[in-house]
Amino acid sequence: MRTPSPLSPKELVDEYFIENRTKILEIAAFLDRLDRADPSYAARDFRMKAFTEALSALTRKGMRLDVIQMLLSDPTTTPLESLDRKSALGAYDRWSQEARS
Amino acid sequence: MRYIDHHAHMVSRTTDDYQQMSLSGCVAVTEPAFWAGWDRSRAEGFEDYFRQLTDFEPKRAAQFHIQHYAWMAMNPKESDDRELSREVLKRIPKFLDKPTVLGIGEIGLNRVTKNEVDTYTEQVELALAHKQLILIHTPHLEDKLKGTKISVEVLRSFPTLEPGRVLVDHAEEHTLEMILDQGYWAGLTLYPQTKVSAQRAADIVERFGPDRICIAGACDWGPSDPLAVPRFIMEMRRRKHTEELIHRLVFENPVQFLSQSGRFKIRPGVEVEASVR
Repeated sequence: MRTPSPLSPKELVDEYFIENRTKILEIAAFLDRLDRADPSYAARDFRMKAFTEALSALTRKGMRLDVIQMLLSDPTTTPLESLDRKSALGAYDRWSQEARS
Repeated sequence: MRYIDHHAHMVSRTTDDYQQMSLSGCVAVTEPAFWAGWDRSRAEGFEDYFRQLTDFEPKRAAQFHIQHYAWMAMNPKESDDRELSREVLKRIPKFLDKPTVLGIGEIGLNRVTKNEVDTYTEQVELALAHKQLILIHTPHLEDKLKGTKISVEVLRSFPTLEPGRVLVDHAEEHTLEMILDQGYWAGLTLYPQTKVSAQRAADIVERFGPDRICIAGACDWGPSDPLAVPRFIMEMRRRKHTEELIHRLVFENPVQFLSQSGRFKIRPGVEVEASVR
């Protein structure tokens, strides 16, 4: 049973616009910072490739969050043979997987 | 509003945190066994940790009128070490008789290795053999989808396992349905960065409803917030959701799940007080 927000669309924008304005400016600042360091780097780092695809998904209507979660996830279903590292990195390197296959 | 935090690693927190939690309405916490941030060298270290969870921590919490319960397990981060895991698992049964132990947890997968799956499967078997509730950790970030899928597959391979006695924790938008559809409980854990925010947790409730969903802070030694559940309450109020809905998520739902252990009992008077608000 869904429990939709009691807020109207205008109330949602009134309530959440400023904090999300802040977030989008932070993303823009991060991308500019990276470009200042090396404008070609984002195209070589799998995390930034996934990030760029996620940004494109933001412009499409409907289920943006679900699409982005999947863009950042490991879609495989076979356990690893052995432990490679302890921690997750935030994005799945499907580009190197594709290159290997 | 009174609330229960079903996932809080209080051994990593200060007494000031207990005080703040108590002041903000926390009446009970449950603490799953977890990774200390570094790998322990021998099983005896786990045994001391389990004693801390079952002997010391309940007393520390009681100073602030918070009931403290615990879960016993070999945590996912160290579970790839099969030899160590076998030794730790041998030591768990004697703690299952402690009056504040609710079940086996948090078990599950980290990087989703074959060894981790084997240790996880053995711990599900252990829970079934001892008729224990199960609390499952699901992996972080890009590993969550794959890890949750395999965790659920393993659970489904045990036909005698009652889904309603399992809570799959750290659920997010892309894993929630596969958990709820199989009849398990789902936990939303509120983290500043690596899990869900209070806002996204409220969105998830709006999309999927409140059935079989519990909210926790999962505070630990990393960036995390012992007051995450009250912040979720504030977020729900900000959206003008009813007090009844919020109370169900932060009090009634965890009571319903945890009470299946037979050991989880809210202090007399608190439940009535919470329902009256």
